[in-house]
Amino acid sequence: MTNEKNYMHKSWWKLLAVVLLTYTVIAGFLGPVPHLPLLQETIRNLYFHVCMWFAMMILFTVSVVNSIRYLRTFNLKYDIYARQFAVVAIVFGILGYSTGAIWASYTWADPNKPAANSFSTIARDPKLIGAAIALLVYFAYLILRDSVQDMDKKARISAVYNIFAYAILFPSIWILPRILPSLHPGNDGENPALDVKNDIDSGMRTVFYPAVIGWTLLGVWIATLKIRFSLLKEKKMSA
Amino acid sequence: MKIIRQLFLLLPALLFSLLTLAQSKPVEMADTMRSNGRIYVVVAVALTIMAGLILYVFRLDRKISRLEKESN
Repeated sequence: MTNEKNYMHKSWWKLLAVVLLTYTVIAGFLGPVPHLPLLQETIRNLYFHVCMWFAMMILFTVSVVNSIRYLRTFNLKYDIYARQFAVVAIVFGILGYSTGAIWASYTWADPNKPAANSFSTIARDPKLIGAAIALLVYFAYLILRDSVQDMDKKARISAVYNIFAYAILFPSIWILPRILPSLHPGNDGENPALDVKNDIDSGMRTVFYPAVIGWTLLGVWIATLKIRFSLLKEKKMSA
Repeated sequence: MKIIRQLFLLLPALLFSLLTLAQSKPVEMADTMRSNGRIYVVVAVALTIMAGLILYVFRLDRKISRLEKESN
């Protein structure tokens, strides 16, 4: 585990993240959006809430790729990569879940009923349950990992578990909510919130795609900082 | 004589146009931050939070880079 210089020490993509996120905030609040009933201005959450999930999925994918790389080489470096990318992905998932809860309580809730009644309806939504299952599976990944003392055994068990967790991630957040009736957009075989005909106009894509890249790069930045710190700690312990 | 009468008719028209000119031109000030329901204030707040967080991550990056240099 050496500290060779790689993409983690380059600064151009970090700068790109800053530029894209600045653009997201400015264009996200000021840009034109379609006028839709119920959603109104909250459609701008597409640039924030939805991007959290996209960033989460990309970071989990990076994590599982590194787990496979570990199992192929048994180089402990890849185990650290996989672990830190998974942690940052979980943080993005929690942010996506909580922002979704805020958004849903103002757009799905029945204003004629008390808030507690609406909450019980919203909490039963398959999309929320699916997302909760996915996140709990990854919480278990961290618990499992940290409960094994032996370094190599820890890396091997958690790498195999990570592949299983990834295999349940996409069914629980994409397939399951589409089979069951859900309030979340993207239920009747359409793309969630990316349907140009019903939900957004194509102008919103010019902010949405840069926003996804920007948020993902910010997540990668934080993950690489954690990786570099872990590698330093390993180096110090082995020295 | 005819010319004077025509001028008298013109006078109220001129005055009226002057009046509308005064009304239709509001005093322009540097009021970007107060227009559009003050949405620009929200943008400024969100950008400040963003800048603060990014500065924090940037400083962490610098600190870890220094640690790496020391350990090599």
